[in-house]
Amino acid sequence: MASDDIWILGIYMTKFGKYPDLDQVDLAAEAALGALDDGGVTIHDMGVLAVGCLMSSNAGIGQQLQKQIGQTGIPVYNVANACATGATALRTAIMAIKAGECEMGLAVGVEKLAGAGLLGSGGQAKTTGNEWTPKGRLGAVAPIDGRIATEAMPGVFAQVGMEYGHKYGGTSFELFARISEKNHAHSTLNPLAAYQKRFTLDEIMGDMMIAYPNTRPMCSANCDGAAAAVVVTGAKLRTLSLEQQRRAVKVSASVLTSDPYQEACQILPDVNTLTRRAATQAYEQAGVGPDDLNLVELHDCFATAELVHYDNLMLCPEGGAVDFFQSGAPWRDGRLPVNVSGGLQSKGHPIAATGIANIWEICHHLRGEAGARQIEGAKVGLAHVIGLGSACGVHVLEKSGL
Amino acid sequence: MAQQIPMVDYLVLGDQPHLVANECTSCGARFFDRRNACASCGKRDFRKTPIATDGFVRSFTIVTFAAPGVPVPFVTAIVDCDGTSVRGNLVNVEPDPQQVTLGMKVRLTTTSLGTDDHGVEAIGYAFAPAA
Repeated sequence: MASDDIWILGIYMTKFGKYPDLDQVDLAAEAALGALDDGGVTIHDMGVLAVGCLMSSNAGIGQQLQKQIGQTGIPVYNVANACATGATALRTAIMAIKAGECEMGLAVGVEKLAGAGLLGSGGQAKTTGNEWTPKGRLGAVAPIDGRIATEAMPGVFAQVGMEYGHKYGGTSFELFARISEKNHAHSTLNPLAAYQKRFTLDEIMGDMMIAYPNTRPMCSANCDGAAAAVVVTGAKLRTLSLEQQRRAVKVSASVLTSDPYQEACQILPDVNTLTRRAATQAYEQAGVGPDDLNLVELHDCFATAELVHYDNLMLCPEGGAVDFFQSGAPWRDGRLPVNVSGGLQSKGHPIAATGIANIWEICHHLRGEAGARQIEGAKVGLAHVIGLGSACGVHVLEKSGL
Repeated sequence: MAQQIPMVDYLVLGDQPHLVANECTSCGARFFDRRNACASCGKRDFRKTPIATDGFVRSFTIVTFAAPGVPVPFVTAIVDCDGTSVRGNLVNVEPDPQQVTLGMKVRLTTTSLGTDDHGVEAIGYAFAPAA
């Protein structure tokens, strides 16, 4: 292991679900202590702490976490980057280490989202006094949502998938529902998933329609949860036990991008260009290509989103996402399993936890510790998240050679 | 005739209602809100430019579950108006995936949002199937 490599030494995720009796700090503490224990280190070994909690992003959850598990005086970065918040926390810790400020760092993502309902919709701030008054950057006299466009996430991402269909053809309500069928089926093997229920295709298509073609089970599940990771330099890792070195997972690439200008990006968020760029950079950094991957956890916030990311992450030739799915490739017994955790649709999507939980999933397989859902012989994996606005995090992870 | 106000300030009312964008004089990128510098090229000069009222549906969704107060179902789309993407609801078409198709031709139309206490009528826009 090269001195300047970055490794994940310890990683942990809570079970995702509903925790009415625990707050964000409780969940963050469980994840942080879990990751420290998993790595065989303590908070006193950490040189930096990066914490994300999107819905409480101005609450200083990082410092609150320190008060819960150990106030050591290290720098704390409270980060927020939409659904890429967890990946951003991890990258923040990695950047501090790469900058030579410390040898070990802790990244935590936590969210309380059970029962949150529809996200993205600004609600209906009625004009007070019955008078049309232009407001905001568009001089709107009434809310845009429902009158000019949909601002809620299910409809936004529905259009992302439908646009792919318009460009390349081959999509249908049934195709998108089948993607969801896969992820729900995968979740039955994941004891930490919020939902572990297998749905038939008919059940998925017959469920409550939210925004065509996304029915309720095709939308990410709002839930509570936390995940945390301890990162370490190669130089420091060499001084630790053989067992720690054997279980450590190499971060071969860590990339964060934002969306470059594209025509229409102000109209419909462009989740494609920045993902493709992040993937390109990540493959280059890691010195691997899509064909080298043994599993992928990608940001299936909606069934319609998973399809486009097969293409954006270059798991298939450009325009070939429908064929890729129909070949059976992304099923757990297929050529390139995607979202064997159950994905956001079934494992759940506690926003800031997601960008570390997907890395936990990959690490679990690379270490050979994934139990019933182990992808046998997994050596290289990729984790992807996207936060609307937009931010995209891609991490490529490799099994320790020991 | 009662006084009218557009629902958004990029909608121009009158005999031929149309949308208007701030166009970068350097690279031609178009924005419906104000920008200090162009998000595409970084230059700082803009001019108003009218947007074509005919276009085709590049993507759509039919929203059947929305925030409280938003009437459902409604069809909303991304419309390519001669190279400029516009978001807008579709009207005069059933909110049924059999009736709305990718690529269908549409044309800008206006809708009434109602009249306030001062007799001012707010006018919104939408797209309707074009013959």
